[in-house]
Amino acid sequence: MSLALLIDFGSTYTKVSVVDLDQETIVATARARTTVEKNIMEGLLQAKDKAEQQLGCQPEYKYKLACSSAAGGLRIVAVGLVKDLTVEAAKQAALGAGARVLGVYAHELSIQEINEIESAKPEIVLLAGGTDGGNKDVILHNARMMAESIVKPTIIVAGNKVVAEEAKQILTKAGKEALITENVLPELEKLNVIPARRLIRQVFLETIIAAKGLKRAEAFIERILMPTPAAVLNAAQLLSTGCEGEQGLGDLVVVDIGGATTDVHSLAEGLPTRSGVSYRGLPQPFAKRTVEGDLGMRVSATSLLETINQKEFEKLTNVHIDRVKKYINDVHNNYSLLPQDEEELKIETAMATYCAGMAVERHVGTLEVVWTPFGASYVQHGKDLTETPYVIGTGGVIVEHSQPKEILQSTLFNEEDPTLLKPRKPEFLLDESYIMASMGLLAEVEPEKSLRIMKKYIVSIQELGVRSQNSQ
Amino acid sequence: MVKNKNISVVLGVIGADVHAVGNRILHHALGEAGFEVINIGVMASQEEFINAAIETNANVIVVSSLYGHGEIDCRGLKEKTVEAGLDNVKLYVGGNLVVGKQDWKETEKKFINMGFDRAYPPGTMPQDVIDDINKDFMIAQE
Repeated sequence: MSLALLIDFGSTYTKVSVVDLDQETIVATARARTTVEKNIMEGLLQAKDKAEQQLGCQPEYKYKLACSSAAGGLRIVAVGLVKDLTVEAAKQAALGAGARVLGVYAHELSIQEINEIESAKPEIVLLAGGTDGGNKDVILHNARMMAESIVKPTIIVAGNKVVAEEAKQILTKAGKEALITENVLPELEKLNVIPARRLIRQVFLETIIAAKGLKRAEAFIERILMPTPAAVLNAAQLLSTGCEGEQGLGDLVVVDIGGATTDVHSLAEGLPTRSGVSYRGLPQPFAKRTVEGDLGMRVSATSLLETINQKEFEKLTNVHIDRVKKYINDVHNNYSLLPQDEEELKIETAMATYCAGMAVERHVGTLEVVWTPFGASYVQHGKDLTETPYVIGTGGVIVEHSQPKEILQSTLFNEEDPTLLKPRKPEFLLDESYIMASMGLLAEVEPEKSLRIMKKYIVSIQELGVRSQNSQ
Repeated sequence: MVKNKNISVVLGVIGADVHAVGNRILHHALGEAGFEVINIGVMASQEEFINAAIETNANVIVVSSLYGHGEIDCRGLKEKTVEAGLDNVKLYVGGNLVVGKQDWKETEKKFINMGFDRAYPPGTMPQDVIDDINKDFMIAQE
């Protein structure tokens, strides 16, 4: 029996899963508190012991792979020139690499903005600006501002190729760590985020892991491969596009509701699905990730409360708003608190419903009506996901919920707001065993097996309903 | 007349618009006035305007739109010129820019806010544009 040990160092929990590579099954899963302050290995060994108790032995593992979002994740600041163009391209590159984007900046950086960047303490600054052969002044200005500042992160230059080397020189002469990659927007209609993503990941592997005290874990496991969100995106991409020898599912959307953020990944071109609609704006990456920092179940619970319409929330839950506020404050102060009664469960469900609905709303494209002599004409910004056949739910709250469908309903297209291009009639799938991040890791070494396991364990919610009825 | 030879103008009709006659007239008039004219013709995208301006080191981009989609077709053009390093290129726009009879002052304001340097109402004579180019670049050259 050959086994793989897959580890996810989360901000709260270290999760491990053990995969039987021959049977292509998950044979054990366990979790323990992440212990990044002292010694990251403590939490990992606890979780591993629990998993091995389930196995009843202490086997040799063929692979030991990990991803991490512990110790604040991968912190990036993105700098570009025009907000809708190179700034957006740089932001997309950072998000796709699994980063937490601390801030985005456009045009010439001011002293105040440099101060902001200094205090945000990013690990990487992604410096874009100008198409190839386009604007040179702004990226050079920003490199000079960065050179004069006290910022310490690695600076990745991903702008106008004509001055990329010059920008790097300015930075290295000032003692900064600077690297060059291809322009994130080489031409106005051509997004090129993959090379920047790759370099961000390399920097993450080479320097950031050590700085975060995760190096100790590397002695035990083979490698920490990537930030956790990148692993989820990796899994989603494999599940969508497939690999040699195994077909994928096609277009899909993944909604990952976490304690601090709600992530949405879409794997789709998202081109207009109706005739008479024209697309405007920056081309969309096929694998697109968005992160909502104000939508979360625990760390961001209070900011969620500020975002939602309280009256509507009261109506939806049928629970008095004071009770709602108290519960939200309680879970915000104590992350491991779980709903204790019917009312609290209702609040928890409504919170998750809001997170999923709003995160998808912000992720999808929009339609704009333009009146012309020939009647109404439509312009689309962002991705049209109305025909997307699958929506997959993952993240603690949804995986453990008795009615995950209720939560995912909020991701659906709403006739009352037809300008939001949310999925119309997708099939809901559930990452029932919470394996997506692990499978994103396994995909690096055994893509075919990873894909088959996902197809087996990411189940249709309809079937799930039938199954629980049968078992009753 | 000779000094105008230093000024090059990219000319075209934006979007899915096929109105070629005005474009021809403008091309002729601007050429006669001594400007170097790069005419990218009808159904030109924003990127075609920008690429032509980069390649020819243009001073002015003159955008025509006669079919009422002007606003949506022109949106974002200024931002793209900035990204492409063309901050100093003047942007002019003219034609039937909006549907129906709308207050011209409002329409003009809309296009100026979108980053255009000058906007022209229907019925503008080519000479007005020529005068404006001369004015803008006399000032710029001094």
